Amino acid sequence: MSEEIKKDAVPKVKSIKKMREIMTAYYIDAKTARQNNKKVAWITSGGPVEPLYVMDVIPVYPENHGAMIGASKMGVGLCETAENMGYSRDLCSYARADIACSTVNGGPIGGLPEPDFLVCSNNICGTVLKWYEVQARYYNVPLFIFDTPFCHTEFSIEARHYVEKQVLEYIDFLEKMCGKKFDQDKAREVLDYSYEGQRLWREVLETARSKPAPLSAFDAFFHLALIVTLRGTKTVVDYYTELIDEMRQRAADKIGSIPNEKYRLLWDNLPVWYKTKWLSDKFASHGACLVADTYTSAWCKQLDYIDKSDFVKSMVDCYTMIYLNIGVDQMVDTVKGMVEKYDVDGIVMHSNRSCKPYSLGQYDIQRMIQKATGVPSVMIEADMVDERSFSESQIDTRIDAFMELIKQKKG
Amino acid sequence: MKILQEFINAAQDPVIYARENNMEKKKKLIGYCCTYTPEEIIYAAGAIPVRLFGIKSGIEKADAHLQAYSCSLVRGIMEDALLGNLDFLDGMVFPHTCDTIQRLSDIWRLNIKTTWHNDIMLPVKLDTQSAREYMEDAHAKFRRELGAWMGTEITDDALKQAIALYNRLRSLMKRLYEIRSANPEALSGRDMYAVVKGTMVMDRKDAADLIEKLVAELEQKTPPVQGNARRLVISGGICDHPEIYDLIEKTGARVVWDDLCTGSRFFEGLISEEGDPIKALAARYSNRTICPAKHASLTLRGDNLVGIAKEHKANGVIFILLKFCDPHAFDYPFMKKMLDDAGIPSMLLEVEQELPSAGQLATRFDAFIEML
Ligand code: SF4
Ligand code: SF4
Repeated sequence: MSEEIKKDAVPKVKSIKKMREIMTAYYIDAKTARQNNKKVAWITSGGPVEPLYVMDVIPVYPENHGAMIGASKMGVGLCETAENMGYSRDLCSYARADIACSTVNGGPIGGLPEPDFLVCSNNICGTVLKWYEVQARYYNVPLFIFDTPFCHTEFSIEARHYVEKQVLEYIDFLEKMCGKKFDQDKAREVLDYSYEGQRLWREVLETARSKPAPLSAFDAFFHLALIVTLRGTKTVVDYYTELIDEMRQRAADKIGSIPNEKYRLLWDNLPVWYKTKWLSDKFASHGACLVADTYTSAWCKQLDYIDKSDFVKSMVDCYTMIYLNIGVDQMVDTVKGMVEKYDVDGIVMHSNRSCKPYSLGQYDIQRMIQKATGVPSVMIEADMVDERSFSESQIDTRIDAFMELIKQKKG
Repeated sequence: MKILQEFINAAQDPVIYARENNMEKKKKLIGYCCTYTPEEIIYAAGAIPVRLFGIKSGIEKADAHLQAYSCSLVRGIMEDALLGNLDFLDGMVFPHTCDTIQRLSDIWRLNIKTTWHNDIMLPVKLDTQSAREYMEDAHAKFRRELGAWMGTEITDDALKQAIALYNRLRSLMKRLYEIRSANPEALSGRDMYAVVKGTMVMDRKDAADLIEKLVAELEQKTPPVQGNARRLVISGGICDHPEIYDLIEKTGARVVWDDLCTGSRFFEGLISEEGDPIKALAARYSNRTICPAKHASLTLRGDNLVGIAKEHKANGVIFILLKFCDPHAFDYPFMKKMLDDAGIPSMLLEVEQELPSAGQLATRFDAFIEML
């Protein structure tokens, strides 16, 4: 009973072209860093990147690279290579793909530029610690660990002191790596851009409150790359400013991200990178738009913790209170807030076997949300990069059944 | 041996043992599932730390809270809790270990009504000054919070006594391992494990007294012999399977040491009995043999394993890893490589709480041990 999607019913988002250009230029910069006497640091997606920009270091994100590998459907091959190296198939597929990629220079861009040093923050998971240890051994480069105690129910004074000291140690470390002083004026500028970038990213995402939503979670997955990789630069600020204008115009013109939005859904967890198009079309065929997600919005939650006059304190709070570093009940509050904010009819939860901190607890979140808001949810078992964990027919049936439920509920 | 029987009883069903035997003592019982728990502080407070091992089969209720890709240890512990088997616990503490334990803590807090729930947020890296300071702060915080909940002040004297007891306990356990390394016939693998596991749920003073007797007895009656059995070391997280020791012994080989959380990682590393007890404790937890969820140096775990294998003249190493355990799975390739480079053969056995058939296991062990 699903309607055919009229492919040409939705005009293309113009900004996409620009976004591709920016990302291409960024990777060219990173790959030619050596020639230009610049240093390259690999950093985790939740790592404090601002100090790197202050020091003119090019940050490279293996996780963003992992997403590209997934999207270009090269994940399985690389994961298998890692498995042949002795890494269990049960490990995070970003890690497996990256570890393998280093040895074969594979993937869509022929591998990442070699790092001069590594920066790892365990605020997203314990996996990155182990993964970066592997890479530090492989490349034989220094590893800085930014250790952010988990905040189940509190961010204790003791933990706060510890993280504070580490911000200073991090700066020391960078001064040593780069052989120059940390420039406080530049730090202020970078922090401003970081703040502004996150504020704009939040606005971009919030345009999806319009009905129909001009932007879907699938669009957000695409535009996300900038706030992750270039947070702290002017490029992000300029790009999102334009994107907001375009989205606002589309909202005014009632152009939705999908042709005929009848139902509004929320996505939880990382994207299934190799199936975004399939999933987007699948939901669209039911008139359902995924208007928001907990993943891309994690890159603007930190806004509340930035104190522009205090660089160190901003780093401490922003990077410790990150979405995956808090208790399940606080995650429930976030989801509840989003359900209301985006007027959502249902939740699609990606139970992602790669990512335990994101996925374990989802069953409880599901129940707690249902109880608090009455909003139903569906669980999709998959993996963000490793296609072998995606059973299309099963997921197809599950989505159909879920959409039937939503239709009955909403009428 | 009569002394052993107490450990065997405790190890057979640790939950029932902890409930029935310890409750007679009218002490509070605090559950935990990771050796980074500062047991000494719990003991000093007048409570007994009880390590949880989880139900091994028939996991159903936990499936409503934990995906199938959580390790079976955590699922088994959750099942035990949901079944009400752990209702006797007065408190539960979760030190920061792996991602799965972290979420277990949340899920526990939201579903299980244990009177006292505490997260001990230890540092993950251990090799910097600030991490060491934070280790002290985290221990001091735990002492404060536990004391407040129990309504007592945990005094320095009490801590020092607990430290002395743990030093005695750990030294004795190590002595037992040494006796067995010198003469693998002195004690079977199954019995050795019963001592370790039983200790983790018994009143530690009783455990220490019993091990002391056991050591005395073994020292008397078993002179070190140089047999020609193949000597093995086991490496991994927790190996809660006495059958594995039996199967290995059936091939004629002997396990002479281990790098396990339920083994040498529990007893290695004594605590200084001088100065401030919290500082001393924190130093022990920063310096002890690390588990893979912590960071001290890039090769420490491999160096340690190679060191153990050499010191105990092992012919080979068996990695016993729990499926879905990320920290251990990440370390396996480099540790194997370091063993290879040192000329020490190894094999990998991935298990869940429920073991594959004995026949299957025996074949694999036979094949490996024949090769040595
Ligand atoms: S996907 Fe999850 S486990 Fe993997 S690196 Fe990201 S946060 Fe860590
Ligand atoms: S076995 Fe591994 S995954 Fe399971 S609780 Fe222990 S460290 Fe965590």
